[in-house]
Amino acid sequence: MNSLQFIIKVIVEYWPYLLRGVGYTMLLSISGTIVGFAIGLLVGVVRSIPMPDKKNALWWLLKIVNTLIGVYVEVFRCTPMIVQAMVIYYGIAMLTGFEVDRLLAGFIIISINTGAYMAEIVRGGIMSIDQGQFEAAHAIGMTHWQTMVHVIIPQAVRNILPATGNEFVINIKDSSVLMVITVTELFYYGKIIITLNYRAFETYLVIAAIYFILTFSITRLLRFIERRLDGPKTYDILHSGTSAEAVVEAMALEAKNVK
Amino acid sequence: MLSNEAIVEVRHLSKSFGNNVVLRDINFAVHRGEVVCIIGASGSGKSTLLRCINLLEKPDGGEILYKGQNILEGNFNTVEYRSRMGMVFQQFNLFNNHNVLRNCTIGQTVVVKRSKEEADKIALEYLEKVGMSAFVNAKPKQLSGGQKQRVAIARALSMQPDALLFDEPTSALDPEMVGEVLLVMRDLASSGMTMVVVTHEMQFAREVADRVVFMDGGVIVEEGPPEIIFERPKMERTRTFLRRTLAS
Repeated sequence: MNSLQFIIKVIVEYWPYLLRGVGYTMLLSISGTIVGFAIGLLVGVVRSIPMPDKKNALWWLLKIVNTLIGVYVEVFRCTPMIVQAMVIYYGIAMLTGFEVDRLLAGFIIISINTGAYMAEIVRGGIMSIDQGQFEAAHAIGMTHWQTMVHVIIPQAVRNILPATGNEFVINIKDSSVLMVITVTELFYYGKIIITLNYRAFETYLVIAAIYFILTFSITRLLRFIERRLDGPKTYDILHSGTSAEAVVEAMALEAKNVK
Repeated sequence: MLSNEAIVEVRHLSKSFGNNVVLRDINFAVHRGEVVCIIGASGSGKSTLLRCINLLEKPDGGEILYKGQNILEGNFNTVEYRSRMGMVFQQFNLFNNHNVLRNCTIGQTVVVKRSKEEADKIALEYLEKVGMSAFVNAKPKQLSGGQKQRVAIARALSMQPDALLFDEPTSALDPEMVGEVLLVMRDLASSGMTMVVVTHEMQFAREVADRVVFMDGGVIVEEGPPEIIFERPKMERTRTFLRRTLAS
């Protein structure tokens, strides 16, 4: 048998393994990216709260929270995920005496690791928004929170979408390091298959191809979402004479656009 | 005639950025229905004064009295105060993520909790007043500078404020768009809106203002009716400024 035949054999014979591996890899990377994104957003917003002028209770609270956030971000950005996985997995086992569910441990590690990177990305996204947007929101009486929710975050999220997609792709690939705590993702199943067929090259080639297809289709999907978020490039001019007619016309248009 | 009720009164206001003193001992009041134009060279402190009135800059000292209460004192509700002071910026600062209509309703629904229907109705009324009701669906980046500024005025009006503050509203506009914005502002002035306008448009100040305030070096040098300030100013600094500005 030549290599091509072995490649086909890997797919035909072990597809249930490969499929389960893909399932775990995608489950980990999707949930890890979403939760990491949420962590990053929260951290980014908290960090953007302006410090009060006086050293009151709020000042100290912010100071402490910001310091803790700083430690979190730096520790997780400055150590490899493969080591974090080991420390957290065996650490929890040692401290509690229980063995944590491996999938759960993997999910936690990916989430907080992504969160640390996303925190910096969100901070950059918020800083990229023109100061005038903050001022205009404050000038009509919005609080910091309202300004963030209604004006800044929607624009920042749009700006950081490409970077978030990047994180997602990295997670699809880097979730493979979780096999060190025997999370049964795609790479782990690759190793299992090799113990059965003794064909390392062909098996890893198939695994590589699957990773490529996953990441490539995800990047295309994210591009599509970006375009959808940007909305139409054109707008409709209303021709009504009075405001009452304009409302009716605007509502009709809105209904049309919803469809 | 103007009523004597002061909407905002500024007393002994001072502001520094680092060791650069921008405002010193400013005393200034705006009365209901009055149009006040603040003129002066760049760096004279006129924009900072306006931004202090809306608390976009925090004054270092002095008082800002609104309805007889000092808003710089600890427990005053600054959110409510700000929603009662409309602000129009040089760079428009429309919310880029919202369309024209939402720009004019978001403050109403989020800050003063009006219903969507009521907010839409009020917003459209003012958008029509500034001639932008046909553009409710457009996003800010699709509009020209003059159109953006007119929407920004409608946004401020939709909050139904006690006064409108304009921070050089035409300075970022192409020359052919200045007219449409000034026209809207003239309309507003004649409808009895209380306005404080920081501007380089001397013609506008002369024709529309009830009172002109000339600032230089962080102080109010002279103030009075436009015919006095522009034709018979008392101070040498005012004369020098006007000679240089009007000559160009």
